[in-house]
Amino acid sequence: MIEDQLGRCVASWYPGAVGVAGAAKLSGGASQETWTFDIVHASGNVGAILRRAPPGYGASPGRAAGLDAEATLMQLAHDAGLPSPRVMHVLRPEEELGRGFIMQRIEGETIARKILRDEQFAKARPILARQLGRVIAGIHGLPALRLPTLREMSTTREIADLEREYRSFNWPRPVFELALRWLRERDPGPSSEVTLVHGDFRNGNLIIGPDGVRAVLDWELAHFGDPMEDLGWICVNSWRFGEIDKPVGGFGTREELFAGYEETGRKVDADRVMFWEVMGTLRWGIMCCGMMQRFRQGPDHSMERAMIGRRSSETEIDLLRLLAPRGG
Amino acid sequence: MQDEPTPTELIKAVVDFLRNEIAPDIKGHNAFKLRVGINALDLVTRQLALADGSDAAELARLKQLLDADGSLIDLNRVLSEKIATGEVDLETPGLVEHLWQTTMDKLAVDQPNYASYKRELGKS
Repeated sequence: MIEDQLGRCVASWYPGAVGVAGAAKLSGGASQETWTFDIVHASGNVGAILRRAPPGYGASPGRAAGLDAEATLMQLAHDAGLPSPRVMHVLRPEEELGRGFIMQRIEGETIARKILRDEQFAKARPILARQLGRVIAGIHGLPALRLPTLREMSTTREIADLEREYRSFNWPRPVFELALRWLRERDPGPSSEVTLVHGDFRNGNLIIGPDGVRAVLDWELAHFGDPMEDLGWICVNSWRFGEIDKPVGGFGTREELFAGYEETGRKVDADRVMFWEVMGTLRWGIMCCGMMQRFRQGPDHSMERAMIGRRSSETEIDLLRLLAPRGG
Repeated sequence: MQDEPTPTELIKAVVDFLRNEIAPDIKGHNAFKLRVGINALDLVTRQLALADGSDAAELARLKQLLDADGSLIDLNRVLSEKIATGEVDLETPGLVEHLWQTTMDKLAVDQPNYASYKRELGKS
């Protein structure tokens, strides 16, 4: 059924398209879905991705930028020469596909364990950290006047959000308390510069090929804020997938990441990056606890969610390694 | 008194069946979900084996650290409040050791293959 709807939709803006084939859902909760499909065309099929909130789901929840904003950001990134899919079409109400957009499908790998271990990425791994530094700088430099409306965050507001969410779970975690206290006491205050922040720049949201990074995905958490946040988030140990001595995504060093970032003329504040790494570690821990809550209360009573709840202790050991390291 | 086999023995028998007989025949997303399910059952058996001992040791440490009596959850709430207010901090004798031991005991159940845990295990 979705192939019929997509076929009619695509025919209205893609000259020569005669339908779509091979539609398959890649991921999705109740409110957001990602589909892959091929646009059928006489001169060869074209790979495409649909990202949408199905009909009946309007406003995006909580922190989400919204699908319209995501489409705008991806197109701006693409126009600026950053690795980003071209947005082919923004859904219209009369197409009855819900809200969202259709973009070019980019081939490559998003699964961190493969990127970190498979032979085909052996040449990409040593160059990735520096490359990603350049890409992050490019995102922070996107033209301010063309950016969509997004929430504005600061260290102080993020600490308050995390604390409120943690307290809502009503489950004592002395290590999280220690981290919250540490963050409050060392809050560096407002950033001297506020830019677009991707908000979820990490393994899993990057398409990697043997030649390096090919696309940045998932702009759902984009906002305005301290540009150092993106550099700290990609260093969080949870995204190193076992390669714990390579802080940038398990494949590179902070020095390489920072060098790539500064190639563009932008400046790194290493202390603020470290602050955001601690914040990010706590944030992922609290997100894991949130998964537990949704498992228990929500309609999604899945084993996966339940087991992610049991990963919050991973962030506790990482917080202790950051805040109270042991010798040896 | 409940009879044998024990919960641990029952779960292990189910896990062996799922892992050896079922998993090789399952493909796609259900193979991933089956792996998660097997991991969950393994976690439960680790908790059944380890939690009584680690909970008792944690409770004893909390009583000493806080000089107070109470249940594990209540004393964890008290400790959390004291850390939040700054009454207890990293300089407080025994706190760092307590948090490390408690966290290591959680990881031994939750994710004994987590790289940070394995690294820290080599230090103690």
